[in-house]
Amino acid sequence: MNGAQAIVKCLEAEGVQELYGYSGAAICPLYDALLSTKIKPVLVRQEQNAAHIASGYARMKGKAGVCVVTSGPGATNLITGIATAFADSIPLVCITGQVVSSMIGSDVFQEADITGAVESFVKYSYLVRDVNDLPRVMKEAFYIAESGRRGPVLIDVPTDVLTAELKKFNPPETVQMRTYKPTVEGNAAQVKKVIKELEKAERPIMCVGGGVALSGAIDEIRAFVRKHQIPVVSTMMGIGAMPTEDNLYFGMVGNNGRPYANRAMNEADLLLVVGARVADRAVNRPDLITENKILVHIDVDPAEIGKNVGPTIPLVGDIKHVFQQIEKEEIHVKEHGAWLKTLMEYRLKMTEKRPKIGKQFVDVKLFLEKLSERMDKDAIFVCDVGQNQIWSTHFFRVSEKGRFMTSGGMGTMGYAIPAAYGASRARPDRQAVALCGDGGFQMSMCELGTIAQYKGGIGIVVLRNNTLGMVMETIRNLYDSRGTMVDLGAEWPDYKKIAEAYGMQYFSLDGASDMEQVLYSFLHAEGTRILEVSVDPQDRV
Amino acid sequence: MKKIYSVLVENRAGVLAKVAGLFSRRNFNIDSLVVGETDARDVSCMTIVSTGDERTIEQIEKQLNKKLDVIKVKTFREEDAIDRELMLVKVKYNKSNRRDIMENCEICHAEIVDMSKSFMLIQICDTTEKVELFLQVLKGISIVEVARTGTVALQKCRENER
Repeated sequence: MNGAQAIVKCLEAEGVQELYGYSGAAICPLYDALLSTKIKPVLVRQEQNAAHIASGYARMKGKAGVCVVTSGPGATNLITGIATAFADSIPLVCITGQVVSSMIGSDVFQEADITGAVESFVKYSYLVRDVNDLPRVMKEAFYIAESGRRGPVLIDVPTDVLTAELKKFNPPETVQMRTYKPTVEGNAAQVKKVIKELEKAERPIMCVGGGVALSGAIDEIRAFVRKHQIPVVSTMMGIGAMPTEDNLYFGMVGNNGRPYANRAMNEADLLLVVGARVADRAVNRPDLITENKILVHIDVDPAEIGKNVGPTIPLVGDIKHVFQQIEKEEIHVKEHGAWLKTLMEYRLKMTEKRPKIGKQFVDVKLFLEKLSERMDKDAIFVCDVGQNQIWSTHFFRVSEKGRFMTSGGMGTMGYAIPAAYGASRARPDRQAVALCGDGGFQMSMCELGTIAQYKGGIGIVVLRNNTLGMVMETIRNLYDSRGTMVDLGAEWPDYKKIAEAYGMQYFSLDGASDMEQVLYSFLHAEGTRILEVSVDPQDRV
Repeated sequence: MKKIYSVLVENRAGVLAKVAGLFSRRNFNIDSLVVGETDARDVSCMTIVSTGDERTIEQIEKQLNKKLDVIKVKTFREEDAIDRELMLVKVKYNKSNRRDIMENCEICHAEIVDMSKSFMLIQICDTTEKVELFLQVLKGISIVEVARTGTVALQKCRENER
């Protein structure tokens, strides 16, 4: 058995059913070895999107997504995808081909120091020099990616290691690493302290982050807040942890969040931050947040606790485990009906006015509300980055069983289409819709080829305003009004022709269209289809 | 605030770059960084001296612990540590200052480890403070080259130590 065959055996042992990537000289032996297995390789059009597809897949499967690319440019193209996954703690295992071991360091054709390049945004990386290390490395890689705070792991394998014969294939049954033992269970004494504060609180609130969905704790969190009537706000990554229409849910916090959500968080006397980083986009002045409240920070990564804001009570552990622990305790929270009522009033009164929209355009708010209403109740919605992302966080209504995904930490344009495709590959039984602006669409437009070739069936919505709208807003708000480098040109591309070129159905919406009718046709059409929505370039988030 | 981090790491290729990279990536200071093998061949010890506010110090420890090549991190204050630095200094001497240099070496417990007709190589091993002081003393004469190891340190002995 050679190195490539050993890798494939390990992938099978991990239950990997498919992987995404791009072939090339250095990785050929591995793709060759895949031929004799049931693992389905999906050939993307650009490596970055292999990582995004794997990310969407991982988020729906709750397991690591796998990418396999070649050395040099193949590996470096993957970088943005890896960084995107790292910022949102998505488990990936990325295998890169490398030039022949003896040539490493001599700048030969398609050589790149990929382990060096990705060091600051992988959870861990390996450069495998001995073929006999492969079974252990593969086992460790999946364990690292999928445990503790999830994240991408990269394995760089020189071609000669792929073709070298193993002495013996004996993968370890368990992972033994003296340097890595993530804390899963919450410390019992800390859990008690949290409960004590909960019982004292008069104005409790919970802020949920991406960690809730990542640890599969959505049910636990909902049960907990409903039982104790704790109001919830969320970060961008936490959207969907609570259904949007839930009485206890008070929207997204942060500088792009809802004013009533921020006010709710500010006025609370107990803030439970759950699986969130307290990042700059969520909390404007983290140093001030503890001034008037008890802050409980629950996260699986001890380094996140106290990084941006000093917590009163730190609690390290996996969210699912921690809330299963809390569930076992008897808790008597104070009656806080008045607090909930105040928050509901804020929600009613503090909803900001929308700018006036030109008659020929579609009102984004109305569109997103209708879209979420008409989509399947368990649909997967992936928004891109830009105005479309902020609008989605405000107006898209995630239902009880629905999923909301986006590139939250890195803010990578072009994420939505490949990620939605990956999500739909993981759950072909569920409807998946990608929503992007015309900027993001053109960044991952090439993947329409992949989606068409593998007969994917996702809905793609393009909010067209011929502008990089979010950048335009930044320029208008902070600099001058001229707006350089934001004009995408009014004529190109012709979305109808693009849809036709890939054999996809095309729909369009403008101010004069019958929205209900078009949405119905779009959502019920076979295969992958594109809906072009004409939005006002003057509109703001 | 100055802190000393005694970091046990897996003795593997690339670990120094990963740890040093962490400091630059996270905008942490490195006053000095020393690496060497320990009694176990597969374990190296890094002694890192860094300054920063309380939050930074806590973050450094946590981020170091997060690295999958780091086995153990011990953080301690200078006053709780025995710390040493080795310095080699090459000076140019002449008849008139030769006696002077030798006297200074004696006072500072420095040792002349090599010499020629006009050059001397002096070694001193002491706390960073003393090493600095000795360097100041030598400033009056012509220094040709200086090489310093940076601080190595271990926590002072305590009976309840593991």
